[in-house]
Amino acid sequence: MELDNAKKVLEVKHLKQYFNVGKRDEVKAVDDISFDIYEGETFGLVGESGSGKTTTGRAIIHLYTPTSGSIKFNNQEIIGLKDHQKMQQFRRDMQMIFQDPYASLNPRMKVKDIVAEGIDINHLAKDDADRSKQVADLLATVGLNRDHASRYPHEFSGGQRQRIGIARALAVQPKFIIADEPISALDVSIQAQVVNLLKQLQRERKLTFLFIAHDLSMVKYISDRIGVLHYGRMLEVGTSDEVYNHPLHDYTRSLLSAVPVPDPEYERTRTQIKYDPKYEDGSKKRELVEIVPHHFVQCSQDEIPMYQERAKEMGLSVK
Amino acid sequence: MQSNETILAVNHLKINFNTYAGKVKAIRDVSFDLKKGETLAIVGESGSGKTVTTRSIMGMLANNAVVDGGNIQFHDKDVLKMSERELENLRGAQIAQIFQDPMTSLDPTMRIGRQIAEPLMIHKGVKKEKAMAQALEMMKLVGITDAENRINDYPHQFSGGMRQRIVIAIALINYPEILIADEPTTALDVTIQAQILNLMRELQDKISTSIIFITHDLGVVAGMADRVAVMYAGKIVEYGTVDEIFYNPKHPYTWGLLSSMPTLDTNSAELASIPGTPPDLLDPPKGDAFAPRNPYALKIDTEQEPPFFKVSDTHYAATWLLHPDAPKVTPPDQIIKRQEKFAEMQKAALAKAQHHQIEEEEEQQ
Ligand SMILES: Nc1ncnc2c1ncn2[C@@H]1O[C@H](COP(=O)(O)OP(=O)(O)OP(=O)(O)O)[C@@H](O)[C@H]1O
Ligand SMILES: Nc1ncnc2c1ncn2[C@@H]1O[C@H](COP(=O)(O)OP(=O)(O)OP(=O)(O)O)[C@@H](O)[C@H]1O
Ligand SMILES: [Mg+2]
Ligand SMILES: [Mg+2]
Repeated sequence: MELDNAKKVLEVKHLKQYFNVGKRDEVKAVDDISFDIYEGETFGLVGESGSGKTTTGRAIIHLYTPTSGSIKFNNQEIIGLKDHQKMQQFRRDMQMIFQDPYASLNPRMKVKDIVAEGIDINHLAKDDADRSKQVADLLATVGLNRDHASRYPHEFSGGQRQRIGIARALAVQPKFIIADEPISALDVSIQAQVVNLLKQLQRERKLTFLFIAHDLSMVKYISDRIGVLHYGRMLEVGTSDEVYNHPLHDYTRSLLSAVPVPDPEYERTRTQIKYDPKYEDGSKKRELVEIVPHHFVQCSQDEIPMYQERAKEMGLSVK
Repeated sequence: MQSNETILAVNHLKINFNTYAGKVKAIRDVSFDLKKGETLAIVGESGSGKTVTTRSIMGMLANNAVVDGGNIQFHDKDVLKMSERELENLRGAQIAQIFQDPMTSLDPTMRIGRQIAEPLMIHKGVKKEKAMAQALEMMKLVGITDAENRINDYPHQFSGGMRQRIVIAIALINYPEILIADEPTTALDVTIQAQILNLMRELQDKISTSIIFITHDLGVVAGMADRVAVMYAGKIVEYGTVDEIFYNPKHPYTWGLLSSMPTLDTNSAELASIPGTPPDLLDPPKGDAFAPRNPYALKIDTEQEPPFFKVSDTHYAATWLLHPDAPKVTPPDQIIKRQEKFAEMQKAALAKAQHHQIEEEEEQQ
């Protein structure tokens, strides 16, 4: 992917999403994060449990009203958008696939009605025959057949249910899909099927993905670029090869060193890096700074030389 | 540490479930043994029978389960023939279990110190005060900080990772001979997972418990297991040492499983995936149950079930591909790479052994 000339489809600036504001149990789930996503790429969001991945996804798709900040989709500001028609277009263009294929499908609805939900809301079918045809095509696209249309969710395996969720998201011809842990609940061999399907759809339909997961090898495999979240803050952003092979932030290094690898020899010699959060304490103002071209680290002005030094040690050309 | 003493032997186990739809043949002739101090990992697709196998070892099968044959030898006793009282003692003192979701094994209304101490009081007759002191020690051992002040807290006051530590403390307080861990870290993120796995390894070294570890994360298996058993449709289809299974797998199902997981340096356009869905255990297919999904299937696979073929003293696989008359096939690329590594490792081991021999001979002279 040629990053210099790529078109930005999503621009997130200083996004904050707090819960229970002003109360004793206030949570700064997302605390001033900024990043861009380019057209046609997969941006992976990683971080430990509670780091704010889901909250970020939900804020972007406007399931929450952000505490502050700016979210631009195709140059259109989404936060505070009043124009009904533009909002409806946004709701079509951006779709979400959820983690739990069991909980996210209404058990009392037939598969065809689940898949056609968006078609109905947006009046995308000319008549009943057209609706049925669209549903059949969507099911075929995700590798299910038209006989499945009249069945109920409980008659399907986890992998098949996740395909139904994907078909539902695709029904309104979105341009951008947020996938929140879409494969975590699935068996390894089924995970591969679903990931291959997502990649194929991306090629065929020029989709852009925000892919959230805690399985770091899968995120690395599927993503062009990656952002590392920790306590609601973005600590490092770069291409997935860069972030995995040349991590600059201590937290990223520690996180990667904890990933189990299906290679016993490697596992026998793996040493885990302990994390010391000294470069995350609240004493300084820190922002994402581009240390190596397209490779950003959250740091304060006086920490920049240290990260430049780290980059040089790894043979990278500093910006 | 590992020894050669077998402490558990499962022989020709068969378990069915009676359901409205008919008889689900969940476990179809499973045999394996467990050595003192070793970690045996059981891997395989969802529904392949991992949990049912280990539940039968604990004598905890569902009401609609029927044992259709086989035995489970634990210290010259057959677990399947034990009385409820014997089983209770077995579960409390000799074989312990931890599950994926710690909340299922914790009592939300009981203070955690008391929960950890209880097995000692019930099964070992230890007095309350002494048991609580031991519980405190155990809390420290599993890495609960500020244990003195937290001993009277309730489960909900802890994070998911801490709760799993408490479950481990309860499971290990009686120094059980066997610990069964069924997806113990699946719900945790990598950082916490690494802590829990380290903890399990450390404790195993200290009290030389044998561990049966069920997970579908092959990375975790690579780091934890001494030996691995691969299950498919209610049978073990391949078993061997962790190196044999990861670097020299022989069964096409194991090939599929290993290739469908990306490593941090997988760059191919497409992940290998196992096509199709698992077989219906109400009516398992004739012959090799994996045949309909197996790109390497032979004609005989649809007719006759493959026996175990020996690969080494420790490594066996049930696939007709190992029959001397079977055609030579080329495994997936990722597997070939793994086999190349295996060949290198063996060469290195051989060279080392020869080197030792020469040194010894020189010493003798
Ligand atoms: N509706 C809410 N009200 C209050 N706090 C919330 C709410 N939603 C999330 N949080 C808190 O915000 C933080 C971030 O949660 P979030 O679900 O975004 O994490 P995550 O990175 O998706 O974690 P996981 O990997 O466990 O899914 C957590 O501390 C969580 O408890
Ligand atoms: N009480 C029961 N009644 C009927 N069938 C059952 C019962 N318990 C388990 N089974 C069936 O037995 C088979 C083996 O189930 P088991 O739970 O051992 O699978 P598993 O390998 O542990 O899978 P997973 O990875 O999903 O946990 C499955 O086909 C399951 O549906
Ligand atoms: Mg989440
Ligand atoms: Mg199970």
